[in-house]
Amino acid sequence: MTEHFKLLKSDHPAYWVVLILLAVFSAVGYGAAHYMDVEGHWVTGMNNQIVWGLPHVFAIFLILSASGALNIASMSSVFSQKDYKPWARASGLLSICLLIGGLLILVLDLGRPERLIVAMTHYNFKSIFAWNIFLYVGFLGLVVIYLWSMFEHGLNKYTGKAGLFAFSWRFVLTSGTGSIFGFLVARQFYDSAMMVPLFIVLSLILGTALFILIMSVISQWSGVSFSDAIVKKLSSLLIGFIALELFLVVVFHLTNLYVTEHHGVEYFILFDGQQYTVLFWLGQVLLGGVLPLLYYFSTSREKTMPELVGLSLAVVVGGFSQLYVIIIGGQAYPLALFPGKTVSSTFFDGAIAHYVPRLPELLLGVGGIAISILLLILTMRVLPFLPDNRAHEAN
Amino acid sequence: MSEKMPENQTECAISGEPDRTRRRLFLGAVGGTAMASLGGFHIAELALAKSDSEAVSNLARWGLLIDSAKCATDCDACVSGCNTEHNLEDMGRPETDAQWIRKLDLSDQQTGHVSSLPMMCQHCESPPCVDVCPTGASFKRDDGIVMVDKHTCIGCRYCVMACPYKARSFIHETLSNQKSYSPRGKGTVESCNLCVHRIDEDRQPACVEACNTDGKGAMIFGDLNDMDSDISIASSSKPSRQIREDLGLNTGVRYQNL
Repeated sequence: MTEHFKLLKSDHPAYWVVLILLAVFSAVGYGAAHYMDVEGHWVTGMNNQIVWGLPHVFAIFLILSASGALNIASMSSVFSQKDYKPWARASGLLSICLLIGGLLILVLDLGRPERLIVAMTHYNFKSIFAWNIFLYVGFLGLVVIYLWSMFEHGLNKYTGKAGLFAFSWRFVLTSGTGSIFGFLVARQFYDSAMMVPLFIVLSLILGTALFILIMSVISQWSGVSFSDAIVKKLSSLLIGFIALELFLVVVFHLTNLYVTEHHGVEYFILFDGQQYTVLFWLGQVLLGGVLPLLYYFSTSREKTMPELVGLSLAVVVGGFSQLYVIIIGGQAYPLALFPGKTVSSTFFDGAIAHYVPRLPELLLGVGGIAISILLLILTMRVLPFLPDNRAHEAN
Repeated sequence: MSEKMPENQTECAISGEPDRTRRRLFLGAVGGTAMASLGGFHIAELALAKSDSEAVSNLARWGLLIDSAKCATDCDACVSGCNTEHNLEDMGRPETDAQWIRKLDLSDQQTGHVSSLPMMCQHCESPPCVDVCPTGASFKRDDGIVMVDKHTCIGCRYCVMACPYKARSFIHETLSNQKSYSPRGKGTVESCNLCVHRIDEDRQPACVEACNTDGKGAMIFGDLNDMDSDISIASSSKPSRQIREDLGLNTGVRYQNL
């Protein structure tokens, strides 16, 4: 069956409003980063205790989502699920745009962002960050090739192979992202190989959910609809990922709880961590896991598109909460230098670290999301990424 | 011509010219001696100091031995010495202010025993900060000193995340009045470098010097590879321990009576 694709053209009033808002937020995000660069990071909530803050939550959120957003294309090319094929191009493009947004946040939050060229020319190959530079750039290149094979009729025969390669690469990429934390022996909440599968499955959830949320809006503007078949398949796919992630979260905390030296940090996250505990139970577990599962299995009827959007919204909030708990909550718990002793110092040893995100870092993070979506919409205006339902129906 | 001295010569003698010459000679001698004694030390110091072209060798491994029993809770001479040496100023924001060395007060939760010790970069043989640095800016010299190349640090703070000792600080603001031997910069990470500029001139780190003069002499600096050095002799006479020995990092800083 030949698929037809079209450009994104819309007369919907919300389309232009959203486009302008995205451009404004992108510019404001850059302005915030420039302000942080000129003044120094003291204008953010980050400090020498919480060295990675809200920008990193946004950046990793986008990077994981980028990997996961390719799910739809992978389902079509790698697993031969033809219902996904009309959306394969959009899936690839969203993947690239989200990754660019995430990387922009990471780079603009550097202490010396103008030294990006140093990061591109000086490599320490033992560093997982250095691996990730190759993984991210390689992923961008692979998805471009993958998309090219979809666009160029003469190259269509290679789409399956390109898809398989990109599919494998993104697992390595999310493993690399998880390893950034998994290999940190210094901190009680990290230093676990479980971080790798946790991040892989979280990427599958976030990418699929963001694809559903963004495309549901774009499809309304451009008169494209999701078929009942794909809504059904996306719902069950998303629920499968949510169940798997919840299982991994349980295993992660149980393994931690088995080891006495981790009791302190587990008690902190699960019971005594104030905002981190609230985000864990209400955001990550309830909204991002239990409620979607309960809702999905409460009725046997097939789910509608609005229900799928609702599920996606819940898991995006849940996934963001999970990253906030891991990245910031994990740093907030003090380093265990002297087990069995109470420690104090002028450098906040032994104390729960204080962190309240401030406006510049929030604007930088939101700016990263805005530029991702702006890039997506603008590219969709000039290249045919959206499925053309009418041509499909005429066929 | 008579043997009588010329008139002008007599006048010269009367006017004291020979005395003036003698005084100049005397002053010259005194000045020379002073210059020799002052400058001489400097010359000797320069002669001992390593030249720029001389590579750092792994024959030495610099380290510190800290006797917690001598380290008083109310003493922070080492911290003051370090802050002065590297011009670590109090910016009035404790959460973002840099600290290369800090005093830890410990209290045993079971026995209530109280102790105190200085904590700084432990100059690990296998430093996690060096492993994670993407650009190689965080590095270890052959003589075991772990430090940051300020020209290639991009300020990603991964090393701060990775350090098990909370020994690294990120510079959150523009700095002024920096010392030429200890350059620092906004947006980069820094930590104790054992006063590498002093070590290269065969001097003691500022914290050790301050502890010996203003503190209780709780710190010994030296070459861990030299069995005759003070630090090796003191280390071999009594047990010492590393902080977070479980990580197997083989730290260059060891503690006794902890």
